[in-house]
Amino acid sequence: MGKKVLMKGNEAIGEAAILAGCRAYFCYPITPQTEVAEYLARRMPEVGGTFLQGESEVAVSYMLFGAGGAGVKVFTSSSSPGISLMAEGMSYIATAELPIVLINVMRNGPGLGGILPAQADYFQATKGAGHGDYHFIVLAPSSVQEAVDLIVKSFDMAEKYSNPVMLVADGMIGQMMEPVELPTFDEPPSPYVKGHEKWATTGAKGRERNLVKTLFLNPHEGQDHNVKLQTKYKEIEANEIAFEEIDTDGDLDVLLVSFGTMARVCKTAMESLKAEGVKVGMLRPISLWPFPLQRIRDLADKTKLVVSVELSMGQMVEDVERAVQGKTPVGFFGRAGGIVPTPDEVKDGILNLMKES
Amino acid sequence: MATTVFKRPESMSTNITHYCPGCTHGIVHRLVGEVLDELGLRERAIGIAPVGCSVLCYNYFNIDFQESAHGRAPAMATGIKRTRPDTIVFTYQGDGDLASIGTNELIHAANRGERITTVFVNNAIYGMTGGQMAPTTMPGQVTTTCPMGRDVQTMGHPLRVSEMLATLKTPSYIARVAVHKPSYVIEAKRALKKAFQYQVEGRCYSLVEFLSTCPTNWAMTPSQSTKWLEDTMLPYYPLGEFKTPDEEE
Repeated sequence: MGKKVLMKGNEAIGEAAILAGCRAYFCYPITPQTEVAEYLARRMPEVGGTFLQGESEVAVSYMLFGAGGAGVKVFTSSSSPGISLMAEGMSYIATAELPIVLINVMRNGPGLGGILPAQADYFQATKGAGHGDYHFIVLAPSSVQEAVDLIVKSFDMAEKYSNPVMLVADGMIGQMMEPVELPTFDEPPSPYVKGHEKWATTGAKGRERNLVKTLFLNPHEGQDHNVKLQTKYKEIEANEIAFEEIDTDGDLDVLLVSFGTMARVCKTAMESLKAEGVKVGMLRPISLWPFPLQRIRDLADKTKLVVSVELSMGQMVEDVERAVQGKTPVGFFGRAGGIVPTPDEVKDGILNLMKES
Repeated sequence: MATTVFKRPESMSTNITHYCPGCTHGIVHRLVGEVLDELGLRERAIGIAPVGCSVLCYNYFNIDFQESAHGRAPAMATGIKRTRPDTIVFTYQGDGDLASIGTNELIHAANRGERITTVFVNNAIYGMTGGQMAPTTMPGQVTTTCPMGRDVQTMGHPLRVSEMLATLKTPSYIARVAVHKPSYVIEAKRALKKAFQYQVEGRCYSLVEFLSTCPTNWAMTPSQSTKWLEDTMLPYYPLGEFKTPDEEE
C-alpha cells in the first residue's frame, strides 16, 4: 500500500479507478457524485485516458456498452435518478456480459427526492433495475478506504466473471473526507480486459469477426443464454459473498444487519446498547448481491431478534427475512428523506423493537 | 485467363438477407460492403446494428459488430471510437430508431464531432414492428397508427434529419441520397465513400441518409414503391450534400 492521504470520497473513488488500470470514464453530472466527474476530467487526460461527459445517463450507459464491448476497462459514476436512466443499458450490458464497473452514490428518493445520503436503491441494485433475469455484482463500502479497495477489486471481479459490478455508496461516503491508503502495484494493471481478444470488437484483423449482441430470436438460444447467465450467477454466489461480523460470538439478544454509512452509525449505537447490558452483534454485508443469506441464517439460531437497519423505509429487510426463514423475529429500523439517524436514535429504536418482540 | 470483374465484397458474408422483396436495405448493405473493401477498412471496421428491420444486419457482414438498443447506436459508437481511436466505427440505423427514439444520441454525437459514420435508412415508416407512423412519415401517409393518414396538425410535419444536422456549427459531412434507380445508386456510393473517407482522415462526423422503400408496410408493389418514393418523398426530402467539412475549414 502507498502512503496515507486525506481525500474526499468522490475524488478517492476516481483515483481508485485509475489505479485499477481504468482509462475510460463516461459520465453525466448529478449530485452528490459530481466530484468524481470533476476529478477525472482533470486526471484522465494526465494518464492518457478518455474522459467524456455524455448528453444523458441513457447515452452514458451505452458509451459504457460500446467501450466495454471493445475490451476496455470502463467506469462511470452516478446517483439514484441517474442510475434509473441507466437501467435500460444495464440490462443490455448484463446480457452481453460486459465487464464494466459503476458506482451509485445514492441520494434520497423516490423521484427527484433530495441530495442527502440514502440507501433506498437497494432493490434497484440487487433485484435488477432493468428488464430480464440478470444480476450485477453489488458491493457496498462503509468508508472511503473501503470504497477505494472495492473499486480496485471490482475491476478484477468484472474481468473474472465477465459481469458488470456496481458499487453502492451513500452520499455520505462520496462527500466526506477520510484518510485513505491508495493501493500500489508492482506492475500497473492493464487498461484492457484480459482475454478480450476472443470476444471484443476491435476490428477483425487476422481472426474471425467478433459479435457483441443481446438479441436471441430463437427461443432455445434465448433460454440457453439465460441458463448460461444463471450458471455464472451461481458461481458468483458460491465465491463472492463478503461481509464483516462484529461481536457475534456467543448468544445474542439482538443481531443488527446494516451496510454502508448506516453500519458505522450502528457500531457506535452498539457501544451504548452494550453499556445498557444488551448482548448485541452486527453482520455488515459488503456484497449486497450475492447476499450473505446462509451466514445470517446461521446467526439467527443464536439471537432472540434480528434487526435490519437501513437508510430507507425497509428494503434489505426483505432479504434478511429470506435469510432468517421465520426462525427468529425480524425487525426493521430505518430513516428516509436523507436523514441519517444518530447513534442514540438507533439505540432507542433497537430497544423499542426488543420490547415489542 | 479468366478475370474477376464482379464479386461479393470481402466485408460481406455469404448469408442471404431476410429483407422483403423491393426493400432497399440489401442495396445499402452492398454499398457499405463495397466501400469498406475499396478503402481497405474491413479489418478496422466495427458496425453498430440498430433495432428495426436491420437489427440482424451483422449477419450479412464479415466484420466486427455490436448490436445496440433502439436509438442508442451513436452512443455505443462513441464509446468504441473514443477508446479505440484506430478503428472505423459506423452505425446503421433506420428512421424509427434514429429519428425518433434516438434523436438525442444522434444530435449529440454529431455535435461533438465524433469521428464515426452513420448510415441512415429512411423509409418513412416503422418496418419491423409492422408499419407504424415514424417522425419521417409523409403528410397523409396511412400507417397502422395513423389509419386516417398522418395529420400534420396533430403530429407535425416529417422530420428532415439531414437538414436539421446541417445547422450544427461543428464540422460534419451530411448528405441525402436515393437507391431506387441505378443512377442514384452510383451517386449514393460516391457519398458513402466520402463519408467513410472523412472518418479515415479523422476529420469529422459523417452521415448519409438513404431514401428507401418499404413495399410491405406501404402496401405497394416494389415498382409502385419506387414511383411513390419518387413522387412523394423526393420533393420533400431533396437529395444532395447539406454540409461538408470543407465549408468550415
